[in-house]
Amino acid sequence: MFYRQAGDFKTTYRDDIQTFPLKQDRWGYYIVLAIAFLVVPFFINDYWTSAVMLPFLIYAIAALGLNILTGYCGQVSLGTGGFLAVGAYGCYKIMTSFPDLNIFVVVLLSGLITAAVGMLFGIPSLRIKGFYLAVATLAAQFFLVWLFNKVPWFYNNSASGQISSPERSMFGYAITGPNADAPVRYLFCLTLLVMLAWVARNLTRGRLGRSWMAIRDMDIAAEIIGVNPLRSKLSAFAVSSFFIGVAGALFFSVYLGAVEVGEAFGINQSFLVLFMIIIGGLGSIFGSFVGAAFLVLVPVLLKNIMVNWLGWPTDIAVHIEFMVIGGLIIVFLIAEPHGLAQLWRLAKDKFLLWPFPH
Amino acid sequence: MNIGSKMASNIQPGEELLRIENISLSFGGVKALTEVSFDIKRGEVRAIIGPNGAGKSSMLNVINGFYHPQVGEVWYCGQKRKGLKPFQIAHQGIARTFQNIALFKGMSTLDNIMTGRSTHMRANMLSQAIWRGAAEKEEIKNRRFVEEIIDFLEIQSIRKTPVGRLPYGLQKRVELGRALAAEPVLLLLDEPMAGMNVEEKEDMSRFILDVQSEFGTTIAIIEHDMGVVMDISDRLVVLDYGKKIGDGTPEEIRNNQAVIDAYLGVPHE
Repeated sequence: MFYRQAGDFKTTYRDDIQTFPLKQDRWGYYIVLAIAFLVVPFFINDYWTSAVMLPFLIYAIAALGLNILTGYCGQVSLGTGGFLAVGAYGCYKIMTSFPDLNIFVVVLLSGLITAAVGMLFGIPSLRIKGFYLAVATLAAQFFLVWLFNKVPWFYNNSASGQISSPERSMFGYAITGPNADAPVRYLFCLTLLVMLAWVARNLTRGRLGRSWMAIRDMDIAAEIIGVNPLRSKLSAFAVSSFFIGVAGALFFSVYLGAVEVGEAFGINQSFLVLFMIIIGGLGSIFGSFVGAAFLVLVPVLLKNIMVNWLGWPTDIAVHIEFMVIGGLIIVFLIAEPHGLAQLWRLAKDKFLLWPFPH
Repeated sequence: MNIGSKMASNIQPGEELLRIENISLSFGGVKALTEVSFDIKRGEVRAIIGPNGAGKSSMLNVINGFYHPQVGEVWYCGQKRKGLKPFQIAHQGIARTFQNIALFKGMSTLDNIMTGRSTHMRANMLSQAIWRGAAEKEEIKNRRFVEEIIDFLEIQSIRKTPVGRLPYGLQKRVELGRALAAEPVLLLLDEPMAGMNVEEKEDMSRFILDVQSEFGTTIAIIEHDMGVVMDISDRLVVLDYGKKIGDGTPEEIRNNQAVIDAYLGVPHE
């Protein structure tokens, strides 16, 4: 009744191509942003930060990245874990080599390094498609993890083979290291996520985004109407890897603080992020957020219900958690193959007409 | 002004725009085209006809660089073409539609046609990421042009519909729109009226003739409906079994014995 597009006339093309053409959507977005920036930091504690908010924010960045490559450009990738590792190790090397560099710059530089590595591993996509490309990116996953394990230069010859993040601060607040406060870490990741989501939206609505989608939907026709397949695919790999590299840098420096490559960035991570975008919705910015939220929040929720409320033993709870999440994934995929974002879209379409069905 | 219109700027209507010289194309042992030569003059509607399997679509694929003939030359705007990729040829001002609709199914009508406009857009990645400023300005400028095409093809109401949901006739129209968005010098139409009813064919014929007269676009068209072809084209090429058997005005083709034989099925000796 209140959610209407009727009467909301667009008189310029600029109005028509904005991200949230409906007034209600726009306000909803501003309110969410305001709550995330101005309200949440005052209530957040350590548990919420490390169990829920940081993983959600960081995985959302990674999911955005993979969605650009797989959802928008149609190139399946199983190398996400490896690219996260590149971001993390890039971040570590820059942090330790240039201690005075601003952490924000360090994170962006790690993204750029990952973008270069991603482009390198994207070259096979010019020749191979689909499952075969997936296998080629799988090679990236295993090679990169192996590389960071085997070459001591990457972990500065530390005895444990781990990398751990030194303390770095911005505006006098510690962002990484053991002294960083929960709200500061949260705000740092949130700022990056909002910036990158905005960039993702801009790139996908313009010429570049259309050329990615054209390649995804019909690559031969795309080439014949003037889309350069080399440039489109490699730019998708570059942008996607940039996002994933930033996520990897945050994962290491802000979230975990110390990582061992095989544990933190294994093949599981590749699949987890892939599941996020499939469940959330391929080719949808919003879907990347929902997918990340779903796969981060539901396990926490289930664990809280089973262990804290019902008092079940932890090991049983973990197994049941696996089963429930697996079941939910299957249910969602059968009910709506286009992901949660599509469910949301359908619900909004219904609401536009409610309470009159025509 | 993009590369295509620059290349064609010194070629007057009626002068030769494209010349196919002695083209032979084979796939393994199958000869798709054998020693075919013809030309397309600027501003005309040039039809390529022939029975099924005559090599018409292969001919279009040679013209837009998707197939590379083993023998022969393609001259475009007075320049001999060599080693160009299909997307580079698109940038030179050759656009096409496909026999089996090749739209981008996941995208809206508007996005499909805007994609056809990409040969005219050059904002770099950084300015697109920031959006405000150069990229937005370019988007809006090109959107204005695309809206003219949407008006021209009378598809305003389906602007934001995903093309996968549109009926066949409209999809064909959107595909024509996508090709037109490139402001092509030479437009290749591969059976634009296949599977249409009489009314839709009339609409499409009107659009094609309007494109030719309003934008001065040169058109090469493959079509099976002889009534339509004879009506709208200035000159025809007839192919049969990969060989050229006729070339001329509709009147000449109508009286050409080899063409009549090919269509009626006289055994080849």
